[in-house]
Amino acid sequence: MSATTKTLEELTNRKYEAGFITDIEQDTAPPGLDEDIIRFISAKKGDPEWLLEWRLKAYRNWLQMPEPKWANVYYPPIDFQAISYYSAPKRKEDMPQSLDEIDPKLKETYDRLGIPLHEQEMLAGVAVDAVFDSVSVATSYKAKLKEKGVIFCSMSEAVQEHPELVRKYLGSVVPFNDNYYAGLNSAVFTDGSFVFIPKGVRCPMELSTYFRINAANTGQFERTLIIAEEGAYVSYLEGCTAPVRDENQLHAAVVELVALDDAQIKYSTVQNWYPGDEEGRGGVYNFVTKRGLCAGNNAKISWTQVETGSAITWKYPSCVLRGDNSVGEFYSVAVTRNRQQADTGTKMIHMGKNTRSTIVSKGISSGHGQQSYRGLVRITPKAENARNYSQCDSMLMSNTCGAHTFPYIDVQNATAQLEHEATTSKIGEDQILYCNQRGIATEDAVSLIVNGFCKEVFRTLPMEFAVEAQKLMEITLEGSVG
Amino acid sequence: MALLEIRNLRAKIQGVEILKGIDLAIERGETHAIMGPNGSGKSTLAKVLAGDPSYEVVDGEVLYQGRNLLDLAPEDRAREGVFLGFQYPVEIPGVSNTYFLKAALNAIRKYRGEKELDAMEFLQLIKERAKSVKLDEALLRRPVNEGFSGGEKKRNEIFQLAVLEPYLAILDETDSGLDIDALHSVAEGVNSLRNEERGFLVITHYQRLLNYIIPDKVHVLLNGRIVKSGGKELAEELEESGYALFEDAAA
Repeated sequence: MSATTKTLEELTNRKYEAGFITDIEQDTAPPGLDEDIIRFISAKKGDPEWLLEWRLKAYRNWLQMPEPKWANVYYPPIDFQAISYYSAPKRKEDMPQSLDEIDPKLKETYDRLGIPLHEQEMLAGVAVDAVFDSVSVATSYKAKLKEKGVIFCSMSEAVQEHPELVRKYLGSVVPFNDNYYAGLNSAVFTDGSFVFIPKGVRCPMELSTYFRINAANTGQFERTLIIAEEGAYVSYLEGCTAPVRDENQLHAAVVELVALDDAQIKYSTVQNWYPGDEEGRGGVYNFVTKRGLCAGNNAKISWTQVETGSAITWKYPSCVLRGDNSVGEFYSVAVTRNRQQADTGTKMIHMGKNTRSTIVSKGISSGHGQQSYRGLVRITPKAENARNYSQCDSMLMSNTCGAHTFPYIDVQNATAQLEHEATTSKIGEDQILYCNQRGIATEDAVSLIVNGFCKEVFRTLPMEFAVEAQKLMEITLEGSVG
Repeated sequence: MALLEIRNLRAKIQGVEILKGIDLAIERGETHAIMGPNGSGKSTLAKVLAGDPSYEVVDGEVLYQGRNLLDLAPEDRAREGVFLGFQYPVEIPGVSNTYFLKAALNAIRKYRGEKELDAMEFLQLIKERAKSVKLDEALLRRPVNEGFSGGEKKRNEIFQLAVLEPYLAILDETDSGLDIDALHSVAEGVNSLRNEERGFLVITHYQRLLNYIIPDKVHVLLNGRIVKSGGKELAEELEESGYALFEDAAA
């Protein structure tokens, strides 16, 4: 092993920087899952009858489903009865009336994470709907959004205030029987975000939600629903980080996007959950279903994800291109280091005429990290003149990590045009030496090279997020070559 | 004090000894040429001086401005003013030439306790230097060496040299892969950077380059040793009779 390799390896073994635990009393359901627990959650949330019925239907269906085993990830069996399915931070009052009223400890947590909750940062143009464990505790900038007719609130609130919209769209993109984890989520989801942009409205600011898992052994089941009516536009940012924990935390979120005629939804994620220690102990299991439906003509849905956290990631943000001329995009940077495993990619389902999709996936592995790109491009019989461009690049930073690619292509219409490019490169000691020889230290060289590798994806992120993502990459990859 | 003094330098890679005792001294303002056939150790010498970790120094020492160069990390050698023009400049996809060079220059300035240049000052500097070495400005915005032609890559090395202003510039086969016009303009760039303070170590295969970059001294490297040193006429001698002349000396 050369000197460079050794330094790099040492640098890789940095501790998770966002790891700390906030001590807040939880109002927690006992571990286990049965119909009573679902009724408990539903009652806690004050669900209408139809929603309880939907949850129960999802639960009964879930019981019949086999746990998926096809992903290229390995972990001990999950005991779903050992998980507690509900926890909410206790509040002195029922609801905080302003940001001053939220639990100071909670606020401190966010401040330590650099989350823009206070006025100053709100002026930067970011409306924050912060999810702490399962319940939203603060929602800001609502008035300004309300003026435009934009609804941006927690899912719980949406269920109470806009039941007709929730009822119409919930499960319309990801049905309760879609897959195992989506089924579980449908049964037990506790909160999440709800966005509705009415016809012709361009949402005046980037919408942002920060998720944070904080209770030991509590699964977090977010449910997010974003609807953009005809000609509407919204850019939604999701960022998350979690404190150090010993036990695995299951996270099975569902995100549904609906874009009607001429609508555009841009959904950006920076995911930095606890990845486990050097041996892979602890760490979040991130089994997420994200799907967007271009329901109308000329609709566009764009996913950008920067995935650096979680012990195991199982995630395929997808687009169903039903409207003619609709466009789907997927830009992804995923990092697996130490013992992290990720099986991630996308599905582009072309149904309408002249539909187009772009996939750009960048995978970086170091240590014993294992990463798979899994992508499906399906052109259905009626999708005339569909086009897809896919690019999957992998960068290896050690001799013990792995990169795997599983591209599935299913073309049922002869007019389709598909392109697929893939590369695998090892971060070169010659690249590092070249940088060193110009005066650039190894750590900076790695971040320079990696950021160059990810540039195509980072530039699709909103400005402030791009900066954050770049910083996150620097922290994550400081010395990841080995 | 010599700018660079190499004493009995021996180095190996993967257990094979390549440099078998090199002695060489370069004064400030001098240009030395090292010539030798393939496999004689020319590039190894360049890489050992730059601090390539794949090589292991087994004996000898290298003094650079009186300091032990071999004790310094590769980046610190660069910051002290040692520049290597690579034989095969690597590509760094997605990183613009400008961004890369700014990171490099400011790392060097910071090390020396000088003020880092801001974006405007830096842009001004590189535009001027690009002009002086006749580098197409479009290359500044492109990713480092990505998709550059052979000539563009070499010219880019000379451009970096012009921006970073080292005290010792080692050019490893800067002439390889260049056509005669490119060779001429690269040599012109080098010549414009020669001054009384700066030393050059020009490594080449062919005498051709030395028609344009006239060296003060020429050394013949054979089988890991310098077998003959002389003035610029030694290069011409070599061109006529080849390395065979020296093979006895190397044995």
